[in-house]
Amino acid sequence: MRKTAIALLGALSLSPFALATAASADPVDEELVIDGQKMITEAPAPKVPPGHPFDEVLSGWLFREADTRAMEVDSFENPGMLNVERGEEIWNTVEGAAGKSCATCHGDVAESMKDVGAHYPKWNAKAGKPFNLELQINQCRTEQMKAEPYKFDAQDQKDLTAYIKHQSLGIPVKIDLSAGQMMDWWKKGHDRYYLRTGQLNLSCASCHEKNADHYIRADHLSQGQTNGFPTYRLKQGNLVSLHNRFRGCIRDTRAEQPKAFSDELMALEVYTAWRGEGLSVETPAVRQ
Amino acid sequence: MLRPIVVGCALIVSGSIAGQAAETAPASVSFDGGAVKETVSGGPGDPAEGRKVFVDRGLGNCLACHANKDLSKEQFHGNVGPAVDGVAGRYDAAQLRAIVVNAKKVFGPETVMPGFYTLDVGVDVAEKFKGKTILSADQVEDVVAYLRTLKGE
Ligand code: HEC
Ligand code: HEC
Repeated sequence: MRKTAIALLGALSLSPFALATAASADPVDEELVIDGQKMITEAPAPKVPPGHPFDEVLSGWLFREADTRAMEVDSFENPGMLNVERGEEIWNTVEGAAGKSCATCHGDVAESMKDVGAHYPKWNAKAGKPFNLELQINQCRTEQMKAEPYKFDAQDQKDLTAYIKHQSLGIPVKIDLSAGQMMDWWKKGHDRYYLRTGQLNLSCASCHEKNADHYIRADHLSQGQTNGFPTYRLKQGNLVSLHNRFRGCIRDTRAEQPKAFSDELMALEVYTAWRGEGLSVETPAVRQ
Repeated sequence: MLRPIVVGCALIVSGSIAGQAAETAPASVSFDGGAVKETVSGGPGDPAEGRKVFVDRGLGNCLACHANKDLSKEQFHGNVGPAVDGVAGRYDAAQLRAIVVNAKKVFGPETVMPGFYTLDVGVDVAEKFKGKTILSADQVEDVVAYLRTLKGE
């Protein structure tokens, strides 16, 4: 709200013409309680490093229609929970030459993966770059299980990622920016977030910062938070990974899309995770 | 899309450029204090065509960002920009043309409104849009002619 007012005023001083202020559509003021557990859908924006554009960070759930919101409240109604169940099967399935499953090394998921998903992406010293959960899973597969890494957006990759993230349901997102060179990646992600791309000449900030709470055609723009990923999208009838979403948003500016897990998108993942710190993990969130 | 071909034929028949409506290339459009006086297509626009361009998601998709009472039958009007109702009373044709051609020249570099007839765009433009403007010169004039019809609030 305030940001938009400032943007319009800024335009006024540059423009010889009068401008009418655009009406906005506020996010709902409701609590999200999933199976009796209260989610943090509004949190004070992180203060370190300085420069967060909002006072308050808001979950994308608050911007969705009532029926979509309702599906996320109840695990039996949430179609993404079928993918989470499938993720459990994968967790326990032996694959690869080493004859191991995830469970062989990590045992009880509720114990070993309790809040792991809330703290990704994470610095990986050996690779010299941040890893998201998908890259970590692939490293376990190749190094521990002697199995093939998943191809980007393989169904098993999405289901297993959702299963692991779901173990952190309700836990606030918090990443460690002090590890390794994480701050360099944060900075790179920051620059990318404000980079205008494509024939439409829009940055992430054009939609998710300047216009969060406005409508772009039928879409109610949110802050573009990442705490619900992989999300279940009703339109696709499937889980959608974070890098798939990033690529879709970039394509919509009529720009070439960076590859999944490329340095550009990993930097963006680090930066956007920070932008949503304090929000509960909601995986698998439901989106239209 | 058909019009340039028609112009081409006329050129061959007449054997002369004189008197022919000539398009202005995107880089040659001249801005004068937030206004573009000359039509970019070299001819007048068609408001009925402009109305279609305003709605069409593959063309102007203006409705994505601007509510418009004249199109109340269409679903889903955005509110990223101001409503365009009565816009003809606020701007003359030259000002509207400048806004559509390259809104950054009017509202400043921070505006989110895309430039519809400029090659001064974002980085990494997708291959199929490279070197192309969002709208053709004729479509720009059609939209401007349509906006000029939006008189009432
Ligand atoms: C042209 C407008 C536009 C641009 C530019 C844009 N997005 Fe989006 N984005 C959307 C829309 C529309 C949605 C779906 C509604 C929503 O959740 O905001 C969305 C959703 C998202 C979501 C999912 C949020 C959720 O709660 O499910 C993320 C994450 C996201 N965008 C990140 C980005 C990033 C990062 C960039 C820049 C690389 C970007 N977007 C650029 C329009 C845009
Ligand atoms: C992605 C969003 C977006 C799209 C698409 C868009 N505009 Fe805009 N438009 C804006 C914004 C935002 C403003 C207000 C200027 C500012 O604050 O930067 C604006 C301002 C205007 C104005 C001035 C309105 C007034 O009352 O001051 C007109 C006229 C206009 N746009 C016409 C169009 C037309 C015609 C199209 C399609 C060919 C279009 N716009 C497409 C975002 C958009």
